[in-house]
This record gives sequence, C-alpha cells and structure tokens, in this order.
Amino acid sequence: MSRGRPGRDDSPDRLYTLTGGRSRAGSDAFDLVTLVVSESDPVAGMQSEHAAILRMCRFPTAVVEVAAGLGLPVSITRILLADLHDTGRISARHPRASYRLPDHDILEQVLVGLRNL
Amino acid sequence: MDSVTSEQRQTLHSTADNGLKIVVVGGFGVGKTTLVRSVSEIRPLNTEETMTQAGEGVDDTVGVAAKTATTVAFDFGRITLDAHNVLYLFGAPGQERFWFLWDRLFSGTLGAVVLVDTRRLADSWYAIDRLEHHGTPFVVACNDFGGPAHTPAQIREALDLADEVPLVFCDARSRESSKQVLISLVEHLRTVVAAARPTPHPIPEPTP
Repeated sequence: MSRGRPGRDDSPDRLYTLTGGRSRAGSDAFDLVTLVVSESDPVAGMQSEHAAILRMCRFPTAVVEVAAGLGLPVSITRILLADLHDTGRISARHPRASYRLPDHDILEQVLVGLRNL
Repeated sequence: MDSVTSEQRQTLHSTADNGLKIVVVGGFGVGKTTLVRSVSEIRPLNTEETMTQAGEGVDDTVGVAAKTATTVAFDFGRITLDAHNVLYLFGAPGQERFWFLWDRLFSGTLGAVVLVDTRRLADSWYAIDRLEHHGTPFVVACNDFGGPAHTPAQIREALDLADEVPLVFCDARSRESSKQVLISLVEHLRTVVAAARPTPHPIPEPTP
C-alpha cells in the first residue's frame, strides 16, 4: 500500500461518517481471517467503500486484507462488511478452526502445505 | 489508493474457504516482520485496530464518558496451503499494554511463535507468561543476531521454559529457516492435540 498506517491521520468524525455513526458491528461474525466473497458488482450511487469491497472480493479475501486495502481500521471494516452481508452482496466463509485446540486433520493439512512451500 | 498495486494483488483460489492464524510475537526489533516477509506470498501488509475500553482510574471531570481508545498496529502475511486452507501470519507487539487487545484480535489462533533475541531475553518474559496463562501452544524461536552463543539449556533456564515447549534457532531472513519455525510449531500443536485426545471437550493443559 502506498499509504501510511491506516486510520492514523483520519479524524474519528470521518470514520463515524463512513459507518453512519456506528462504532461496532451488529455481531462478531467477521473474524480477522473470515474470507469474504462478492456476490454482486458495485452499482452506481453505492458508498465508495462498499464498492471498493465488492471489487476487492471478487476472489476470496480475508477481512484483514480488506481493512489493509481500504486503509481503514478493522473495526470500521467489519461494520462496512456487515452492511454488505445483511443485503446479500457478499458472502462470508468463516474459519473452521474452533476456539479450542485445532482439529488433527487441519494440522496435518497445514503441515503438508508448509512442507511443500 | 494505489490501483496498480491493487490489480497486481495476488488473489486466492476461488475455492479458499478456511482462514487460519498463527501469531508471531516478540519485542521491538526482534524480526517479527522479517520472519513474516520471508515466508509470506504477499508483501506484508499493515493494518490497525482501534478499540475502546472503559477507563479505569481516569478522571471524568468534564462529563465525557471515561473511555480510552487504544490503537494497535500489526503486520500480516499470507501463505496459501492448499485449495481450501489459507494461513495468515500476524506479527504483533509483545508489550504488556497490548494484551487486552490480543485476546480479542487473535482468538482462535492455532498457536504462537515467540521470537526472541538472545541478547534481550527479558523482552520475552511477559509474552511467554501470557501465552502459558491462556493455554495457547507456542514455540520459542531464537533469531540469530550474531550475539554470543548460548546453549539451549542456558536459554531455557533464562526464560524459565517448560520442557515440552520447543526451542528452535532460526534466521528470520531465510525463507527455509522461517518455514522450519512454523513447521516446528505445527508439529508441537499436533503433539498437544494428540495428548489431549482422550478428553476432547475441556481446553486441555499441555501435559509433560
């Protein structure tokens, strides 16, 4: 990214404007590594950040990559994603890893993947 | 926005559907981003998260809600493992004040790499203590800064490291070396999971 660190020079006012005054998403549905996929193309008149997300996510893209691409903090990005998810414009592929210890099969797949690097 | 960069961004397989996380933690300048860069298929990206927490011990003199906003910046890289699994590596600061953010940001992580500089081992104490407290499996990787050589036993003693925690040496600038660090972590995870198998439901303590 050609920008500096996202959000650092942005006033809170601007960030609130982007999200219509909300400071947190309605749910914790979007993990940092939830993969987002566009289900539609941007349309005229759409909020520019929403349009940017739809362009960015034509292939699966993690929430954290979307945030970096937009140059916005993750919390703000989650709210924008929730808007698009609620209207069916994106779908979300949530991580299968649980909040407990990872599955043995997943670990085997990770090992194979790393060894093949 | 740099549109050229955006267009050249490497895309994931359309079948990718499972994001995985490994956290690389360590003191300032210990080489976290270097390690992430060595193995990442994308140039490491930086993003940040702003979080508020109710202020404690903050004077509420002007009637403004006593909240403090804390911003934590972190680098991350990406490794496509196969058609479905994508591993994200997060380089995160290990300082004490970030730990409440960590709990939220990095929940669900597979495990952690504690990257240490043997000349500044004390920088890692807090991170190791917190990972043990949380039951997050981890390995300790000593990044080679060309300092005086320490034996593994000396380092283990200085870090008060439990016997079952792997200790490895690496050169974070080397892709192969960094890859081996990740492999040692996942092999350790496999051991931890295997040991925990008889009782799958409670979060198990690593058993010696």
